[in-house]
Amino acid sequence: MTVTFLILAVITVAGTAAAMGLRNAVHCVLALTVGFAGVAAIYLQLDAQFVGLTQIMVYVGAVAILAVFAIMMTHTPLPAKPPTYSSFWLLGSVVAAAVFAVLAWAICSSAASTQGLPPEPEVSVQQIGDALMHQFVLPLEIMGLLLTAALIGAVVIAMDRREETK
Amino acid sequence: MTQALDQIFVLTKQWLLGFVPASAQPICSAILSVVPVLIGFPLLFAITTWLERKGLGRLQNRYGPNRTGPYGLFQPIADAIKSLTKEDIVPLTADHTVHFLAPVLLAAASFLGYAVLPIGRNMVLVNMNAGVLYFFAVGSVVELAVFMAGWSSRSKYSLLGAMRAIAQMISYEVPLVLASIVAIMQAGSLSTVAIVDKQAGYTGIWPHWFVFTPWGVVGFALFMIAATAESNRSPFDLPEGESEIIAGYYIEYSGFKFALFFLGEYLGMFATSGMAITLFLGGWSAPFSFLTWIPSYVWFFAKLLALIAGFIWIRGTLPRLRMDQLMSLAWEFILPMALLNMLDAGIWHFMPAGVLRWLVCTAIVAVPCVLLGQGLKRNKKFQVRTYQFAK
Repeated sequence: MTVTFLILAVITVAGTAAAMGLRNAVHCVLALTVGFAGVAAIYLQLDAQFVGLTQIMVYVGAVAILAVFAIMMTHTPLPAKPPTYSSFWLLGSVVAAAVFAVLAWAICSSAASTQGLPPEPEVSVQQIGDALMHQFVLPLEIMGLLLTAALIGAVVIAMDRREETK
Repeated sequence: MTQALDQIFVLTKQWLLGFVPASAQPICSAILSVVPVLIGFPLLFAITTWLERKGLGRLQNRYGPNRTGPYGLFQPIADAIKSLTKEDIVPLTADHTVHFLAPVLLAAASFLGYAVLPIGRNMVLVNMNAGVLYFFAVGSVVELAVFMAGWSSRSKYSLLGAMRAIAQMISYEVPLVLASIVAIMQAGSLSTVAIVDKQAGYTGIWPHWFVFTPWGVVGFALFMIAATAESNRSPFDLPEGESEIIAGYYIEYSGFKFALFFLGEYLGMFATSGMAITLFLGGWSAPFSFLTWIPSYVWFFAKLLALIAGFIWIRGTLPRLRMDQLMSLAWEFILPMALLNMLDAGIWHFMPAGVLRWLVCTAIVAVPCVLLGQGLKRNKKFQVRTYQFAK
């Protein structure tokens, strides 16, 4: 557990916690973005460059912008509402603690955590590219096809609406 | 001698590192590498503002700045003093924290891209395995900063400007990345250093730059168009169209915060130009084999200034695009051409070298380019516009 990891962990946890606690929806998205960036930095610190940079590109560059746009299209900037605490907050926290305990128990008692760290694999971006283009080329193409279909579907929906208003 | 001059910055750094204890060397090495970039490129920004105003002045048949110093050379200093001493006005209803953070984030994100740019032989801050990916990843942070500025100002103009800017940046990020893929395909690596190394060497006196191939020249042109749009420069400066929405997303900023936006915009332009140089113009290598005695960093900055001159020239020449023209250019012309260009680069890779390869690959990009241009022109009616609301 290095100092870098501690700093990044604090940033990530603080960002995601603020995303849950802040009242203003846009502030929440911005705080969540800090959390995303923290996770990306942890990936980078683990030498997983491809995952880390893709995390920044997709989550900070695209998902955060999408969320922000969605908020602005649907929500007028009204004065912030007082926080609404659920009346089940006690029950909720008990359930959350129980889920955390089960997960922690499963991780701690699993074989992977007792037998020590395996030797670090040297994975370069080139290897990931090779794997995607040779071994996993069919799943990749299917994903591409799906995304293209989704894109065309979005365009079709947008076009239909325009004709109705004419 | 020439080699020593070429490596003078690297050798100076190593010489300076000799004075610090071994335990402090990694951090000192990082500082010694980063500080010149943090000083050099803002200095280039200062020079560019002067060059741009002088150049635009010449294009528009006027003098440009000529009051401060010889040829108005001290104008950037005067501007800096002005923006530092101006009152920092924050709108009453603005979201103060976000309003403050936006220019900081923008300037910081604009600097991050320089980490992977090779500005000379052995002169790159981080030789990353996924350098190009890193560059585009940090570039996408700028969008968030633009949104923060537009939203936190609580002004309709700045919100409209931010919306326009983000829509434009997202649309043009796709062709920007697709245009750069051809160079990555040919180099077989995402590392900027490897891409520059792949373009080293000369045939006769001519270099092996990617721009001297059919797919390279198309890729370079598409990359530069998309880069112009990404950096919100004329003719794609709708987000800050003065006559429509005053100054766009930074309208509520004054003083040094405004200067930071200005700085971030120009740094972004330099960084994407530097990436274009790295991907297509051979990075720091000399344009002719008999000019290799000139240090590598000189060539990098010469190419950068040439591209900046191109940007200034375009700004002084072309009128601003409309929103629909901007989008149709991105999705109907640049995107199909970029996809076709990828196919072209693949064919180039697998065909045997020779005249036939040149002819085939040129035809594959040139014929669709002309046909697509003609086809897009056919649907447009060019006539005097009638305005609905403004007579």
